[in-house]
Amino acid sequence: MIDKPISMKSNPILRGVTSITLGPILLFAWYVQWHGDYGPGGGFQAGVIFAAAIIAYALIYGLDRAQRFIPPKSAEIGVMAGWLLYIGTGVISMLLGANFLDYDVLASDPLHGQHYGILAVELGVGITVAAVMIVLFYAFAGRRHR
Amino acid sequence: MSAQLPILQLLFPLIAAPICSLLHNRNAAWLLSALATWASLATAIGLYYQTANGAELIYEVGGWPPPWGISVNIDSLNALVLLLITGMASVLVVAFPASLTIQWLGSRARLYYTAYLLCFASLIGITITGDAFNVFVFLEISSLSTYALVAMGRDRRAQLAAFRYLIMGTVGATFILISVGLLYMATGTLNMADLAERIPALHDSTVVRAAFGFFIVGAGVKVAMFPMHFWLPSAYSFAPSIASAFLAATATKVAVYVMLRFIFGVFGAELFFDVLALDQVFLALAVVGIVVGSLAALYQDDIKAVLAYSSVAQLSYMVLGIAVGTASGLTAAVVHIFNHGLIKAALFIVLAGIFVRFQCTRLSDLAGLGKFAPWTVGAFGVGAMSLIGIPGTAGFISKWYLLLSVLEHAWWFVALVIIASSLLALAYMWRVIDALWLKEPSQLVTERGREAPLRMLIPAWVLALANFFFGIDTTVTLGAAGRAVASLLGVSA
Repeated sequence: MIDKPISMKSNPILRGVTSITLGPILLFAWYVQWHGDYGPGGGFQAGVIFAAAIIAYALIYGLDRAQRFIPPKSAEIGVMAGWLLYIGTGVISMLLGANFLDYDVLASDPLHGQHYGILAVELGVGITVAAVMIVLFYAFAGRRHR
Repeated sequence: MSAQLPILQLLFPLIAAPICSLLHNRNAAWLLSALATWASLATAIGLYYQTANGAELIYEVGGWPPPWGISVNIDSLNALVLLLITGMASVLVVAFPASLTIQWLGSRARLYYTAYLLCFASLIGITITGDAFNVFVFLEISSLSTYALVAMGRDRRAQLAAFRYLIMGTVGATFILISVGLLYMATGTLNMADLAERIPALHDSTVVRAAFGFFIVGAGVKVAMFPMHFWLPSAYSFAPSIASAFLAATATKVAVYVMLRFIFGVFGAELFFDVLALDQVFLALAVVGIVVGSLAALYQDDIKAVLAYSSVAQLSYMVLGIAVGTASGLTAAVVHIFNHGLIKAALFIVLAGIFVRFQCTRLSDLAGLGKFAPWTVGAFGVGAMSLIGIPGTAGFISKWYLLLSVLEHAWWFVALVIIASSLLALAYMWRVIDALWLKEPSQLVTERGREAPLRMLIPAWVLALANFFFGIDTTVTLGAAGRAVASLLGVSA
């Protein structure tokens, strides 16, 4: 027991519960992401929920299978992509002649502009938060394998 | 386009950082970092001229006007600090590829450059923002990236030093956060200009006073003000030399700026001097800090530790300038922010060059280096002259003004301390110069004695000559500092 790492994969209850809840958790992450402008939620919370699902998957089914789903390299790129999406939105509004992160100019009228702007920025936050959590988990979980 | 300058200099490194972390080619990562740094310098120069007539630029992020939105405010004070940060970074970034840390890291050097860019961006962010909470956010980014920069030292002790800094830095940042929270509770606003208007009516409020206390302690840790300085010597000594140079020239200076900005631009001079009489506390701590830092520097064997303890003493000079509180005292503090950044950047970059050749900076191992590397040791000598405060160097200017401001108050004892500490600076720098230049070469030096790599020697001499330039032509430093202090005292009056 001690010299061999215990696999949670062998526990049918854990496996069953995970396989049932994994899909709804991921779906809920998307709901929180896109519903952030109308109710509680937003990019940060959505990113955490999404990453939690991936981490749960890795805990039960093993790091290798999780990394087949989201390779470490993609997670690393995700950190940067979300970040650039956030700043990029700000830069686009600058190129359209307004101040940094002024969403008014992103659409024909300010109301829609603000709407699109906040969606893009929150998506950036969501991607980066999820990716950072996954990268951190991979970094700690992967230490044994070196 | 010129209306966008205030935010642009933050955006260059902030956009370059994520791209840099994906560049596996070491040289490409360096080139991108350098270009972003230089672009920021160009922007800072533009901003300096825009504020040279004493104007204050207010940039509304997201188009939301303050106090509701976050604003970026540039006046003469932060224009000068920006010039220092971007200028020092622009010179030092040239030397990065020659540093051993970058060479050891191989293709992972991109992450080191990313950490540097993040630290650079957040220092700019702290300096330009007009929002009290934003200061905390950028402070956290700069601290986190600094821990990474420090921990990459070759020695295991670098990780311990980084961890100690992490503990202290987190405590400091938390205190600042508590302070900002209390301020928000008492006033309902986070905009600095708005806070400055509301706080005078709340001088008797315990909440505001507690906020001030938390702020002073939190910022004191970041400044390495006397009893909270313990993280600094170990962090500077064990960090990679190139990181020490960057941090010594910028990070603590930005912390002093934050202290100045909050005391005069948020809490108000009246609360600091008249209501709470904190200037007495600052005076006592500064005097003890000057003496203790200088004495400790006298007994170090590692040259980096000598410089680090000297930094503790020099930062206390700035605290002393704040405690004096008159226009001349504050001018001395602001000028010293700039000049000391220049001095320490020059000295640390020479040490970085020496470290590349010998993998050590111990005084006992480096005896007689001057015979083999006159240019390297020469640049160090120029920096040392400026640190001591020999007339004609930048260090002299700020010490002279500090001395005059202290004499205005007729604080004879403090004036004596300043002179005594200059003599101590002469003593501890002479110990180094004597060993490097006059002693018989050690075995290590005879075997491997060579000049520092050109990539480090040239920045070192640029900085060394800048020390002479700003020691003779003081229109930029004293002019901007004078305007900055006028606006600081104007706000608080």
